[in-house]
Amino acid sequence: MLRSPTTSEYEVIERFYRAKDVMFGGHDYRITVGVSTCSMAKGAHLVLKKVEEEVARRGINARVVRVGCNGMCFSENMVEIIDHEGSWAVYAYVTPERVSRMLDGYFSGSSRGVFAFRVKGGSLMDEERVPYIYEIPFYGKQVRRVLRFMGIVNPLSIEEYEALGGYSGLKRALRLTPDEVIDIVIRSKLRGRGGAGFPTGLKWKLVREAKGDVKYLICNADEGDPGAFMNRLTAEGNPHIIIEGMIIAAYAVGASKGFVFVRAEKPLMADMLARAIEQARDKGYLGREILRRDFDFDIEVILSAGAFVCGEETAMIAAIEGAATARGGRCSPTPRPPYPAEKGLFYKPTLVNNVETYAQVAYLFQAGLEDFISVGTENSKGTKVFCLAGSIRYTGAVEVPIGITLRELIFEIGGGVPKGRRFKAVQIGGPSGGCLPKAYIDYPLDYEQLKSLGAIMGSGGIIVIDDKSCIVDVARYFLKFTVTESCGQCTPCRIGLRHMLEIMNRITEGKGTEEDLIRLERLGNVIAKTSLCGLGKTAPNPVLTTLRYFREEYEEHVKQRKCRAGKCMKLRAR
Amino acid sequence: MLSEDEVKEIIASFGGDRRYVMRILQEIQRRVGYLPKENLKMVAELLDVPLAKVYGVATFFHQFRLRPHGRHIVQFCFGTACYVKGNDKLWEWLRRKLGLKPGEDTTADLRFTLQKVRCFGCCSMAPVIKVDGDIYGNMTKEKLEEVLRRYA
Ligand SMILES: Cc1cc2nc3c(=O)[nH]c(=O)nc-3n(C[C@H](O)[C@H](O)[C@H](O)COP(=O)(O)O)c2cc1C
Repeated sequence: MLRSPTTSEYEVIERFYRAKDVMFGGHDYRITVGVSTCSMAKGAHLVLKKVEEEVARRGINARVVRVGCNGMCFSENMVEIIDHEGSWAVYAYVTPERVSRMLDGYFSGSSRGVFAFRVKGGSLMDEERVPYIYEIPFYGKQVRRVLRFMGIVNPLSIEEYEALGGYSGLKRALRLTPDEVIDIVIRSKLRGRGGAGFPTGLKWKLVREAKGDVKYLICNADEGDPGAFMNRLTAEGNPHIIIEGMIIAAYAVGASKGFVFVRAEKPLMADMLARAIEQARDKGYLGREILRRDFDFDIEVILSAGAFVCGEETAMIAAIEGAATARGGRCSPTPRPPYPAEKGLFYKPTLVNNVETYAQVAYLFQAGLEDFISVGTENSKGTKVFCLAGSIRYTGAVEVPIGITLRELIFEIGGGVPKGRRFKAVQIGGPSGGCLPKAYIDYPLDYEQLKSLGAIMGSGGIIVIDDKSCIVDVARYFLKFTVTESCGQCTPCRIGLRHMLEIMNRITEGKGTEEDLIRLERLGNVIAKTSLCGLGKTAPNPVLTTLRYFREEYEEHVKQRKCRAGKCMKLRAR
Repeated sequence: MLSEDEVKEIIASFGGDRRYVMRILQEIQRRVGYLPKENLKMVAELLDVPLAKVYGVATFFHQFRLRPHGRHIVQFCFGTACYVKGNDKLWEWLRRKLGLKPGEDTTADLRFTLQKVRCFGCCSMAPVIKVDGDIYGNMTKEKLEEVLRRYA
């Protein structure tokens, strides 16, 4: 079953063809291969090489382009062949060995040799026609804004991004005063996409109004949540949308220097951002007198050596400052207030926002306020990118309106759990988030709703857990994570979490008691209340939510010495 | 191990600024492959900061290692998706197969060093491993054996 593209999806296609000269560069065809860190695990770089070789060997007049990923991780590797007439063929599951057959099929005018894109209910292809990518049901509930040029634009070409409408948001913003820009962000009801969901416009206003001769701006690209990869994907597939958002923000708050804080574990992401920054500088979007305005701003990429707590804004600031000397060797969080907006990097007013927040800002100014607020809930407008992984049929990154239900996300877009497995729980928000059972999957996904259920939106990582996983063991996994990641400076987090982990270990080893469950709850609540930073405040969430929603499974462990998933080896399975 | 001159040169490239300990250590590790104790001492002395603080940085971040490693680095992703898809079992299995004792991460013949990594963000390919920078997804015991054979 094919769906019809929406107006905004047609608009992307239209933009593409309006930018024909740039996109085709005088060739008859444009052939794109999606290459990012994850698709390279499936040999995307080898597919790219093979396509280049075959195109040259056959003398096809095509421009072969490396693009980012469109988020359909489950169907990698993806190759698209586009012609001037609007035929846009999408090939899935391409391996280097299949490249030759794919090209044979395409250029002999038949769809044979096309690797059928299977969705529920069989093949999506009829014999004659290769579908538009937007006709694929995976796109059904999506509203793609941050991701709209992903898999289409060449991330290493600022010209392509510009031709599709990139940097028009910056130009529009620079025609307004900084206060007008901030007013639009406030009215957009955009909230931070890095976890806590603080209203972005309000944060900008605080930084703008803070006193300081110099102001800084930081893009939080640490993305330490296991299970979240939307920031990496965006940076690898369309880094310019992030840079554009950062420049708009710098103009609004009056920052002269910006930093992108990226993990050394994600080298391609760092590299793409660094190259995009260079290109933007060459075009005059960065540097002195940007677009001939009285506005100087430049950006530097900082590679983090990797520590989860450094995603927390004050710890990140310490790491950028090189806190080794200032704060005793480690980059630990500091108490807030003062907030970075007042005293941040080098004690100057500093704006910290997440990668996706900046990208949303770029979209806001490209598309306008009306368009931006057309989706979302009363308190938070727009879209959010979620990553679907774990026990789910269609893994990938999807962008949906805030307020969508988990059922729509997991079952309609993600295709539900694989055959033979049963849905047990969904984990949202990583080590700071919670596990929700099936009973809650029809609740709208927004910041308040999730909080009231004990979970958090977090960065948007969604891991589906099936009946083969033990919920106690999953909670223990997250606790182990936060215990090792605790910076150790405050006692509740350093000692309290360790103590909780000891109890969890006991339970999974079959030595737990009923009092242990009560102890866990008590400890968890104390740690949540008394820890210094968000790491400790939220670290008990995975245990507390599973105790709340899956108490039965805990009780089986301690009373009957039984683990129904058969994961806790020392316990019996039935 | 780097000579004192080399360490000096690295420190100078960061303007001799003692704020940049993390980045100075990153550069040393990039060149040597790990952080030799002598080099940590040199950094402390040359920057005039206590060794304990330099050591603090070196042990705080996951990227740094204080011992030499084998010819090939095998990294196992321990992100949530990889965990629920059984990368912990693969990890234990490989450690046993390579005869690694608790606390050891490198094989006696210096062929492999095994590391746990937080999350590569390739969750859709879980379970994932990385060998010397090459990512491999959807791992099984059989695939793991097959992949490791390529690294002599
Ligand atoms: C332990 C911890 C880890 C965090 N990790 C991240 C991260 O990886 N990326 C991120 O954007 N924010 C992270 N945050 C939230 C940041 O402190 C900060 O709120 C955010 O970057 C602000 O940006 P936003 O308003 O655009 O969301 C983390 C917070 C805590 C307590």
